[in-house]
Amino acid sequence: MGALTLARAALLCATLGLFLAPWHGLQDGISEVTAWPGGSAAPLVALLLDGSRWWLWPVALLLALAAPALLRGRAGAGLAWIGAGLVLAVFGAGYAIGLNGLQWGWLAPLLGAPPAQPSLGWGAFLVLAGGIGLFAAGQAARGRFGADAFVAFLVCSCGFLLLLFVFLPLVNMLSAALYEDGRLAPAAFGARLVAPEAWSLACLSTHAGCGVVWNTLLLATLTAVISTLLGLAFALLAVRGGARGKVSAGAFRAMTILPLITPPFVVSLALIVLFGRTGIVTGFMWDWFDIPRSRWIYGLPGVLLAQVLAQAPIAFLLLDGALRAISPSLEEAASTMGARRMRVFCSVTWPLLKPALAASFLLAFVESLADFGNPLVLGGDFDVLSTRIFFAIAGARHDPGRAAALALLLLAITFGAFALQALWLGKRRYTTVTGKGDSGIPAALPAGLKLTCAAVAWPWMIFTAAVYGIILVGGFVHDIGRGDLSFTWRHLGTGFEVGWFDGPAFIGSAWDSLFTTIQVAAISAPLTAGLGILLAWLIARQNFPGRRGLEFMTMLSFAIPGTVVGVSYIMAFNVPPVELTGTALILVICFVFRNLPVGVRGGIAALAQIDKSLDEASATMGGGAFQTLRRVVLPLLRPAIVTALAYSFVTAMTAVSAVIFLVSARHNLATVYIVGRVEAGEMALAIAYSTVLIVIMLVTVLGIEKLVGRARLGRASAAAPPIRAGA
Amino acid sequence: MPTPRRLLATGFAVTLTALLPAAASAQGNLTVYCSVQEEWCRPMMQAFERATGVRVAMTRKSSGETMTQIRAEAANPRGDVWWGGTGDPHMQAAEENLTVEYRSPRMSELHPWATRQAEQARFRTIGIYAGALGYSYNTTELTRRRIAAPTCWADLAKPEFRGEIQVADPNTSGTAYTMLATLLQVMGEEPAFDFLKAMHRNVNQYTRSGAAPARAAATGETLVGITFLHDAVTQKIAGAPVEIVAPCEGTGYEIGSMSIIRGARNMENAQRFYDWALSAEAQAIAGQANSFQLPSNRNAPIPPQAPRFENIRLIDYDFARWGSAAERTRVITRWEREVRAGAR
Repeated sequence: MGALTLARAALLCATLGLFLAPWHGLQDGISEVTAWPGGSAAPLVALLLDGSRWWLWPVALLLALAAPALLRGRAGAGLAWIGAGLVLAVFGAGYAIGLNGLQWGWLAPLLGAPPAQPSLGWGAFLVLAGGIGLFAAGQAARGRFGADAFVAFLVCSCGFLLLLFVFLPLVNMLSAALYEDGRLAPAAFGARLVAPEAWSLACLSTHAGCGVVWNTLLLATLTAVISTLLGLAFALLAVRGGARGKVSAGAFRAMTILPLITPPFVVSLALIVLFGRTGIVTGFMWDWFDIPRSRWIYGLPGVLLAQVLAQAPIAFLLLDGALRAISPSLEEAASTMGARRMRVFCSVTWPLLKPALAASFLLAFVESLADFGNPLVLGGDFDVLSTRIFFAIAGARHDPGRAAALALLLLAITFGAFALQALWLGKRRYTTVTGKGDSGIPAALPAGLKLTCAAVAWPWMIFTAAVYGIILVGGFVHDIGRGDLSFTWRHLGTGFEVGWFDGPAFIGSAWDSLFTTIQVAAISAPLTAGLGILLAWLIARQNFPGRRGLEFMTMLSFAIPGTVVGVSYIMAFNVPPVELTGTALILVICFVFRNLPVGVRGGIAALAQIDKSLDEASATMGGGAFQTLRRVVLPLLRPAIVTALAYSFVTAMTAVSAVIFLVSARHNLATVYIVGRVEAGEMALAIAYSTVLIVIMLVTVLGIEKLVGRARLGRASAAAPPIRAGA
Repeated sequence: MPTPRRLLATGFAVTLTALLPAAASAQGNLTVYCSVQEEWCRPMMQAFERATGVRVAMTRKSSGETMTQIRAEAANPRGDVWWGGTGDPHMQAAEENLTVEYRSPRMSELHPWATRQAEQARFRTIGIYAGALGYSYNTTELTRRRIAAPTCWADLAKPEFRGEIQVADPNTSGTAYTMLATLLQVMGEEPAFDFLKAMHRNVNQYTRSGAAPARAAATGETLVGITFLHDAVTQKIAGAPVEIVAPCEGTGYEIGSMSIIRGARNMENAQRFYDWALSAEAQAIAGQANSFQLPSNRNAPIPPQAPRFENIRLIDYDFARWGSAAERTRVITRWEREVRAGAR
C-alpha cells in the first residue's frame, strides 16, 4: 500500500468524523442519536459553527491543510506533522477542559472559562484514527518503515493504543508512589522502596516472616522451575514417546488443558478439601499412618502446589509446539553420523528447545508474580507482593503510595526476569522451519529419559485427576468441606435456575454474570489474538525505529499485577476525555491489553522458527508487506494463533484481580461473582459455578482448535509408510 | 473466504449490541453498591424494585473494595447509594467528604445506637444493622482434645489453645480492628496488649478476610475463630458443629451502615431507597436471607436465631474515637510492632 492511498483513506475517515459522527460520547445510549445533528449527538462541525467548542478549530484547519495536496495526488512528509497535530489537538483539548470546565489552570489566559466538556465519542475516534493514518503516511513518505505505508500505519496505531491503554494509566497510578498526603515527597518514595516489609531477612534468624520481595522471588522461581520441568516431561512423552506415547498424548492433552481453564480459587479450594487440617488425605494419613494433622498447606507449599497445577499445562503447550516444530532432519543427520540417542538429544534437541524453555520459564515466573487468587486463599501468613498490593489498596489501611511503591518493585522483578532471558538466549538463531524440504522421522527418546519422564508425568496426572475430581464432585454434593457427600442439585439450581413465564426466564442468580462473561471473553479473544500476532510480526520481522519500545510496552501490562491495572484503569478512564468505566468496553480493553503479551510472545517464538527467506521469497515475487503477512506468515502461524485465541478466551473468563474494580452493576463477571461466593463461605455454589465455567471453556477451546485447525507442516509421522514420507 | 468475514460481521454486531446501554425505565434508575452477602443484596434490590418500580443496578463488593472504588470515582461518581458493610469505612467516607448528609424522616423509628452513629458522622451515614463481636469454636475438635469450653476473652490466651485460634489481620480487615478496639476498651490499653501478645502464640493464622475464621472453625481447620457472631450463626444454621460465644468480659459491636454518595446521579431515587431501607419491612428481609444481624428499625422483627443484644454484655463502644483515622493507625502500628512481630 502506498503512502498516498493510506493518506487519502485517513483523510476520508477524519472527514467523516468531523461532519457526521457525534463528537461526544452518548451518555444515555444509542437513543440519543435521534438528536442529531444537534444536542448531545452533534458532530464537531455543528459544535464549531455554533461556537460552543471554538477551541477545537485547529482540528478542522489541520484537515483543510492536508486536503489539497492529497486531492492532487501528492503525499508529502508534511503529513506527519498534520497527523500528530490532530491527535495532540483532540487530546490536549480533552484533558485541558473536563467535566468541571478548565482543568489546566495555566491555560486560563488563553481559554477563559470554557463550559464543561464531556467525553470523546465516535466522531473524535474517527478523527484520531485519521490523524494516526496521516502521521503514518507522512512517515512512510519520508522513507521510514521501509517506505511501506501498511507497516507504518500498523506500527503507529499499535503504538498509540499501547500508549493510551497501557502506558498512561500505569504512569498515572505509579506516580502515586511519589506523593504523601497529596504533596510531592521524594523522601517518602525512597523510604517506601527500601521498606523492611519488602526486604527484611528476619526469617533467616528469627520466627518473624521475611520481606515480601524475598517471598515473591522464592515462590516465582520454584513455580517456574517445577512447572517447566513438568511441562517438558509431558511434552517429551507426548511428542517423542513412541507409539505408547502417542496413545497417551491424547489423554495428556485432555488433562493438561483442565488446569488452564479452571477459575482461580477453585484449585485452592480443592487443595484445602484434600490437604487441609480436616482434609480427606490428611484424615486418611492420620487414621492409617498416624501422621499428625497439620496446616502445612497454608503457606508456601500450598500456593506453590496450586500455581504449578496451573502453570505446568501452559509450559506443556509451549514446549509441545516447539518440539513439534524442530526439524527431524537435524536429528536424523546427527544419528546418521553415529551419535547415540542421548547425544542427539543433548546436542541437537535440547539446544533447539532453549527459546521455548526460556519462554515457558518466563511465563510461569511472571504468572506466579501476578497470581492473586491462590495466595489469597492458601497463603496463610505467607504474603506475596500481589496480595500486599491489593490490601494496600482495598484493605482497612488504605495507602496508594505504598501500593504504588510495591507495584514498582514487582515491575522491577519482572523486567529483571526478561533481561535474564534475553541474556541467556543471546543472539543465536533457532530457525528450524525453512522453505527447503525437510522430511524425516523424529528421533525417539533415549530410554532412560523416557522412563524419567513417565515417572514424573504419571503421578502428576493422578494428582491432577484427584484435584479435578474434587472440583467436579464438590458442586453436586451437600457440603464437601465437611465431608457431607450426599448428592444434590441445590447449588446448581441456586445459580442456574430457569423458569417459564411467557417464555424462558433465567431466574438463577448467576445468569447475568455468566452471559456478560461469555460476551466479553468472546469479543476480546479474537481482538487479542489478532493484535498480538500482528505485533509479533511487526517486532520480529520489520525493522523500524522504536521497535524495542513497542516490544517493551506490550510486555508491560503483563508484568503489572492485575489489581494495579484495575485501579489504574478506573483512575484513568473514569473522567473525560476517555470515559469508559461502567461499560463492557472497559472490560474488553482491559482483557485485550492484559493478554496481549501471550499472543505477542507466542507469535515471536513461532516466527523465530520460520525462516525469513520465506518472507523474502514473497517480497522478491512482488508481494507487499500485507500480502506476505496474509499469504505466507499467517498460515504458518496457525498454532500460535490457536494458542493465543484459546489463552485469551480462557483468561478473560478466569481473571479476577484486574477486573474486580472494573465490573459494574450492569456488567458483572463470573469470577467476581465466584469470589463473592467464596467470601460468603458458599464453597459449594462457587465450585458448582466453576464447573459450569470449565465446561463452557472446554467446549470453546476445543471448538477453536477444530475451527482454526492444527498446523500441518508437511512432516511425515512415524506411523506413515515411508514411501509417503517424502511426498 | 466468506466464513471468517461473516464471523467478523457477526462479531462486530455482537460488540455493538453489547456496548449499548439498555433504555431507561419510566421510574428512573438507581445504582447501589452493596457490601453484605449477595444472598441478602439480591432480595433487597428486588423488593425495592417491586415496591417503587425503580430499576436498580447493584454491584456486590466487600466494604474495602467499595471504599476504594468510591474514592477512585470521586471526580465522576457512578454509584448512588452504598448499602451495607461495616461502619468504619462508611465513617471514613464521611470524614473524606465522599458521602452527603441526609436526614431521613424515618430516623425516629431507629434504635438509639443507630442514630448516635449518624450524629457522629454528621448524618452522612446511618446504621442499618448491628452485630456483636465474639468467637465460635468447633465442638468436635474440642471434645477430641478434651479442652474445657472457653467462655471469656482471657480463655483464649491459655496454653491449651496453642496454634488453635484464627483471627483476621487488622491491616486488611475491619473485623479484626473492631476486636483490637474492643479489647482496648474492655481491658485498658496495656493489659489488652499483654493479652494480645499472649494470644499471639495461640494464633495459627491471621486471615485477610474478617469472616474467614468463622468458616475455618466450621470445617475444623481451626478450633476457635474470632468473628462477628452473625457470621458464626450462618455457619451453625448450615449445620456446622460450632458453638457461639459472647465473651464474659463484654464485647464490642459493628454498625453496618448506609450512605448516599456525593454527586449521585439519581439523588431522588437514592433518598427514596434510603428511606425505604430504614423501614421495618425492608429490614425484615435480612432474616429470610440468612443474615442474622440486629436490624436498626425498632419495629423490624429480629430473626429468632440472631444473637440478641440483651443476652450479651455489650460495651459502650466509642465509634467517634476508635473510628478516627489517626487512632486506627496508631493502634494498628503498635499491634504490628509489639504483637505481630513476636515469635509464635
